[in-house]
Amino acid sequence: MKKTLFTLQFAFTLAVCAFLVVPVVLSVLAGLTANYFIGIKSGLTLRWVGEVWDGYQDTIYLSIGIALACLAVTLVLGVPAAYALARTRSRLGRLFEELLMLPIAVPGLATALGLIVTYGALGSFRTSWTFILVGHVLFTLPFMVRSVLAVLSAIDLKTLEEGAASLGATFRERFFHIVLPNCRNGILAGALMVVTLSVGEFNMTWLLHTPFTKTLPVGLADAYASLRLEIGSAYTLVFFMMIVPLLLAMQAIAAPRTRRFARDDGKLETM
Amino acid sequence: MTLLLPAAIFFAAFFILPMCRLFLVGGSGAMGWSAYAAIVTDASYFKALLATLGVAAATTVATLVISAIAGVFLQRHRFPGKSLMVSMLTLPLAFPGVVVGFMVIMLAGRQGLIGVVSQMLGGDNLVFAYSLLGLFMGYVYFSIPRTILTVMAATEKLDPRLEEAARSLGASPWRVVCDVILPGLKPALIAAGAICFATAVGAFGTAFTLATNINVLPMVIYTEFTLSANIAMSAALSFVLGAVTWLALAVARSLTGPNVAAAG
Amino acid sequence: MSQTHPKPLQISLRGCAKTFAGGIRVLEPLDLEIAAGETLVLLGPSGCGKTTTLRLIAGLEQPDAGGRVLFDGVDVTRQGIETRNVGMVFQSYALFPNMTVAENIGYGLRIRKLPKAEAKARVAEMMAMMRIEALADRHIDQLSGGQRQRVALARALAVRPRALLLDEPLTALDAQLRDALRVEINLLLRELGITTIYVTHDQAEAMVLGDRIIVMSHGKVAQAGTPREIYHRPSSAFVADFIGTMNRVRGEWRGDGFACAGGRLRWSDPTQVVSELMFRPEDVRVVGDDALADLEGKVAAAFFLGDRTRVLVDVGGESPLIVESLARSTLQVGQTVKLQVDPAGILAL
Repeated sequence: MKKTLFTLQFAFTLAVCAFLVVPVVLSVLAGLTANYFIGIKSGLTLRWVGEVWDGYQDTIYLSIGIALACLAVTLVLGVPAAYALARTRSRLGRLFEELLMLPIAVPGLATALGLIVTYGALGSFRTSWTFILVGHVLFTLPFMVRSVLAVLSAIDLKTLEEGAASLGATFRERFFHIVLPNCRNGILAGALMVVTLSVGEFNMTWLLHTPFTKTLPVGLADAYASLRLEIGSAYTLVFFMMIVPLLLAMQAIAAPRTRRFARDDGKLETM
Repeated sequence: MTLLLPAAIFFAAFFILPMCRLFLVGGSGAMGWSAYAAIVTDASYFKALLATLGVAAATTVATLVISAIAGVFLQRHRFPGKSLMVSMLTLPLAFPGVVVGFMVIMLAGRQGLIGVVSQMLGGDNLVFAYSLLGLFMGYVYFSIPRTILTVMAATEKLDPRLEEAARSLGASPWRVVCDVILPGLKPALIAAGAICFATAVGAFGTAFTLATNINVLPMVIYTEFTLSANIAMSAALSFVLGAVTWLALAVARSLTGPNVAAAG
Repeated sequence: MSQTHPKPLQISLRGCAKTFAGGIRVLEPLDLEIAAGETLVLLGPSGCGKTTTLRLIAGLEQPDAGGRVLFDGVDVTRQGIETRNVGMVFQSYALFPNMTVAENIGYGLRIRKLPKAEAKARVAEMMAMMRIEALADRHIDQLSGGQRQRVALARALAVRPRALLLDEPLTALDAQLRDALRVEINLLLRELGITTIYVTHDQAEAMVLGDRIIVMSHGKVAQAGTPREIYHRPSSAFVADFIGTMNRVRGEWRGDGFACAGGRLRWSDPTQVVSELMFRPEDVRVVGDDALADLEGKVAAAFFLGDRTRVLVDVGGESPLIVESLARSTLQVGQTVKLQVDPAGILAL
């Protein structure tokens, strides 16, 4: 009985895996096939990938650029904010944390519309890539803050700082010697999340973009609508090549590390 | 707390202010403030609302069932290839809706795999990508990864001794699932379900890729804005949409702590 | 050993009170004089204000208006901890997880911008003193509780602080380790001769370590004195109960002594009208001779504790008397015994 149950569940889970993975494989293959309608028999080619690169490389560069800029901005805004939230117990801090999470709760569409009705009239801002950057930062900042805040909340930050202060460290010294090194993991996880989300962001970017500020997902939507299936697939392949390493890195970071504990007689034990 | 200031200023300027503006713009159109009621008073908007809520609800149910079965199974058993499976199931975690829409077309479009298989099996060429069913499939696709992660994390925290106690009292495996495991997972399932629902309600990219004759609210808002230039109406509708999703997520957060990414 | 330890610091607190947000008064106005080189123990239950007092001396908290903290007569009230140059050991040790043991110990020296070679030598010296040379490159999460304690002490002492402040440093350790470290710390403090303020709720620790003990309760000083004074002459029932165990006996003075359940006590101060007397378990003993007996009762329980026996004797009062004896005793439960109480140990409070 137990064996059949196991097999059934295994088969089910395998089917779900297939549901998720097969389309990815299909679209990767389609991007490399000479003629999708004929199928694999028509041979593999990099022609479509080449056409994508010719036609769309600026979208790839812009996406990478915005993602890195987004990372920089969220680091500068988010890390100090996370520190402040970790140290404060006031209601104002809680309120600010709640507010900060709003851009995740609200559909990207609404956030973008809000930006357009407020700043759309400012021509040079509206048509620049910074307009898109603003939307990305709003959406990704909560992730950076949450990631760093989680790490800082897990350590007794107040006592560590008091310890450093008792040895004479000023606030600046404490922040750079003690606080930042101890939230390295949170910053790394947050950074990966920010870059991944920024590269893949569409809902806001579609409304915020102009023909001169097209990101990769925007280009994808264009290609799906107007071009051959093979080109759309090749473009998707390029996107996968950018995003899958990031996702794998995030999975690697989330994997638990083995911790070593020591007994009181000084010997080490591995857990 | 001057360290909060940069983030606070940025947020106030680029989110709070625009949201207020959006609210005001919503009431500034031809219909005035009754635009906010239009979501229920206008027939076509109301239909769109129902379609949106319907697809979202169906997505939530399907995703929860699938994730519960697969998630508990994966967390509880060890076998060769398990980590590969987990990796595959959680890889689509940050795929944008656009790409998911494309993959729905790959599966269920005019040259889709499902159509080919159904033809091989002697039936018609099954094409449903461009309908609510296709949308549903797409939403389930990007909801499964994050829900499975939540379920696995919650299953890890379940105390196996509760199940042992139930078994020692004579409960069959099925009863253990119904009386111990599912109730134990309930908070996590509710939270994950609310996130799933909210994301599906607000999703845009998938519907956009699957063509504009899918009548869900995000598409309606988009067409009002770009094709009809009815800024006030789209503002009002999007504000209401935002309120609905925020409410669903607030419920989720009151039941568990951390959220998982919402992309759509 | 280090030759150049600074001259021991004299610390004074004048009228220092502390009220926290919400109007909670954790410390009533306190006057305290701590002699140079003295080890002062602040003892009391949680919430009594001892940690707050320590933090006021450290500079982690500011006293309410009117309170002053003086180091060698100099007012340091306005100074934060960063400039007071006191060494502090926290209950959770506050070791920096992102640094090795050697880096932790050397942190204060790094802040003071000591030349690298000098700092390295000083760190080595501290590690030798605390016998943790082997741990130099370990990370904090690889250390046991006892090792962390030593690192915390080494770090605090490396900068040659003017005073050493310890906030319940042994509370997080298991009993056996605590006993061993208590002795070690005592020897260390004697050797260094540094002014030390030690906070604890463990009265055994206080007795071992303190030159003077200040027992606190509800934000006020209950009694200040040497360990012997506090133990043998507690000034209130609270102090008497807090330190060691006390037998409490109700009764009234009659011509020939204090009449109580089980007999009478040879206590003679008819000028004091008291209804309760107290004495320690070690001031009572079991006697065989009726002529020596003060009280009589039945053995309720006997606990063999290895080096001594603790016997509970029911004399008919509210609770059984606790008698502690070093003798190898063979008392059985239910057996009738006669007890003699040493009059010198009887207290009236």
